[in-house]
Amino acid sequence: MDFAIDYILIPLIKIGVIFGALSLVIAYLTFLERKVIAFMQVRLGPMRVGPYGLLQPIADGVKLMLKEDIVPSQADRWIFTLAPIITLIPAFIVFAVIPFGPSFTILGKEVALYVTDLNIGVLYVLSISSVGILGIILGGWASNSKYPLLGALRSAAQMVSYEVALGFSIMGVLMISGSLSLVDIVNGQKASGIWNVFLQPLGFILFFICGVAENNRAPFDLPEAESELVAGFHTEYSGFRFSLFFLAEYAAMIVISSMAVTFFWGGWLPPFPNLLGFIWDQLPPVLAALSGVFWFSLKVLIFLYMYLWFRASWPRYRYDQLMQVGWRYLMPIAIGNVIITAIVILLLERMGVIA
Amino acid sequence: MSTNETLFDASEITVSMGPQHPSTHGVLQVKLKLDGERVIDAQCVIGYLHRGVEKLGEVQTYGQFVPTLDRMDYIAAVSNCVGYCETIEKLLGATVPQRAQYIRVIMTELNRIASHLLWLGTHALDIGAMTVFLYAFREREEILKIFENYCGARLTTHMFRIGGAQYELYEGFEDQVREFLRTFPKHVDEYETLLTENRIWIGRTRGVGTISAKDAIDVGLTGPSLRGSGVAWDLRKAKPYSAYPDFEFDIPVGETGDTYDRYMVRIEEMRQSARIVAQAVEKIPDGPIMAKLSKIIKPPVGDIYHSIEAPKGELGYYIVSDGSTTAYRARVRPPSFVNLQALRQMVVGHMVADVVAVIGTLDIVLGEIDR
Repeated sequence: MDFAIDYILIPLIKIGVIFGALSLVIAYLTFLERKVIAFMQVRLGPMRVGPYGLLQPIADGVKLMLKEDIVPSQADRWIFTLAPIITLIPAFIVFAVIPFGPSFTILGKEVALYVTDLNIGVLYVLSISSVGILGIILGGWASNSKYPLLGALRSAAQMVSYEVALGFSIMGVLMISGSLSLVDIVNGQKASGIWNVFLQPLGFILFFICGVAENNRAPFDLPEAESELVAGFHTEYSGFRFSLFFLAEYAAMIVISSMAVTFFWGGWLPPFPNLLGFIWDQLPPVLAALSGVFWFSLKVLIFLYMYLWFRASWPRYRYDQLMQVGWRYLMPIAIGNVIITAIVILLLERMGVIA
Repeated sequence: MSTNETLFDASEITVSMGPQHPSTHGVLQVKLKLDGERVIDAQCVIGYLHRGVEKLGEVQTYGQFVPTLDRMDYIAAVSNCVGYCETIEKLLGATVPQRAQYIRVIMTELNRIASHLLWLGTHALDIGAMTVFLYAFREREEILKIFENYCGARLTTHMFRIGGAQYELYEGFEDQVREFLRTFPKHVDEYETLLTENRIWIGRTRGVGTISAKDAIDVGLTGPSLRGSGVAWDLRKAKPYSAYPDFEFDIPVGETGDTYDRYMVRIEEMRQSARIVAQAVEKIPDGPIMAKLSKIIKPPVGDIYHSIEAPKGELGYYIVSDGSTTAYRARVRPPSFVNLQALRQMVVGHMVADVVAVIGTLDIVLGEIDR
């Protein structure tokens, strides 16, 4: 009975909650995007559906569901259908290992605010999140149309270029925390009392740049550059299939933001644990755990806001410039960062400063 | 392409960019031959917006023809109107009162600013900077409000008549223009902070679509596209018309003739236009606004070519009169049509993304090209 509760019921509840919350967050992220960019551009954004346009995401969702689902006549029907699903599923299942908060004990049962704590969490996140681009390539190819094909090829090249630098940029963090588990990385930051971003500022900047590029967001949104390739890889998609691509893109944004928060910004930890620790320690354990969810969400939201900010401010890179930035600047800097971090850690160990 | 062959088998693919494409600025079709992302050949297909404007000039009377011309370069309708009115006045030998000339200069220069703002917005949007677009439209709106107050129309204004201007300036016109001029330079600085020193913007425009001064003259470029290559040719200075000799202004020129230089030229031109308007609005002379002409316009037999500096380049009219109330032949030399010729040599060898940038930098309007 205990087994059933621990390994079936609780995980299922968690999955349900995360899935539901994530869908809602994505829906309102699109709303936030439109509002934030609208305010930056001296206009109002959606205002018609509900007060201040608050029901706009629901109207959008209904519209996308009801639209005609067009498949180009020469398209590869199976792959055309499969592609959005391949993109969407990885974007969602990454959340299985992302810790939203610490674990706490309630009614004599230990409950963790994450679905699971994989000991190879980082590898899992990196590998699963790069599967999503496969769907983009397949979708672009299966449309049997030229603009989507160009968009898909661009995204393939982009993924290869930035995946490598992305991997290198978090190596410093892994060396500091000595673990591949995301929960351990956060706990390590709690134990040392200093967030990794202060130890690895360069690593963080590189990670976020590469993350934005991984998401195909401005200024790296070449695969769907609307002014060049019409709509890039999803030109031929409409209705529900299109909305799956759309959901996946926003889910991937949240994934990268969550990773940035977990690796560099202390995950669920409240700010200034050293100075304000006496306040945070006053909270009862359950409330402390839930406040972790709040801090985590707040930090993620800040990063999502930066995504929108980038989009409103910057022009788009050109294909060859994108490659140049990735290979000639980000890669060497990331590798340099790894080497320097390794040397410093080694020296400190020799000097007996750290164990 | 046979059915067995896939897109991957062909080393070069032909992409039809337009006529329905977000950044061809209207119904322009560019047939691109691509090797991967690199452009091997580009061919423009025009004519989707042909409305027979020149032919209409042969059946409509001289006065009736003016509103038709507003629909050519609808972004800069005032310039079209001024150019045509001046041509017919020259043919008639009529003298336009000084006050009307000043009104024409103010409106034309405001329209030049509006046209350049629209260019800036769409050009930046094509390169991916979407915010500039909305900022530019905010200022353009103020200009259109002035137009609306003056003549009731915002876009296709039909502001002037042969022999002068139809409407007297409305009350508060000067104040509204001064208010616009007060805020406008700050807004131009704002666009510049977003673009001029932006690394990505420089990367996307420096060295893209470069055309040397000689090539630019050979292909017949005019307007900012020519001045970007370093040729200081501006009809307002070179062959002064209307009241332009009364005003001080500079002709900004570029150096290398790339997209960035043309961007800087147009930005500076907006400032210069604002300068002209500021001078003109302070010293508008009093007096009549219409020359005394007969009600029915019948120019003497003969032909004439007259051109003005429209926002996009040299806008010329060639009118052949047979002494009747309609022209025997009304030919237009639209700047966009000639400027578009340069597209091919500017994009071959560059990337797909550059095609969009170059179409943007040439500042074409299809209504004018197809006529």
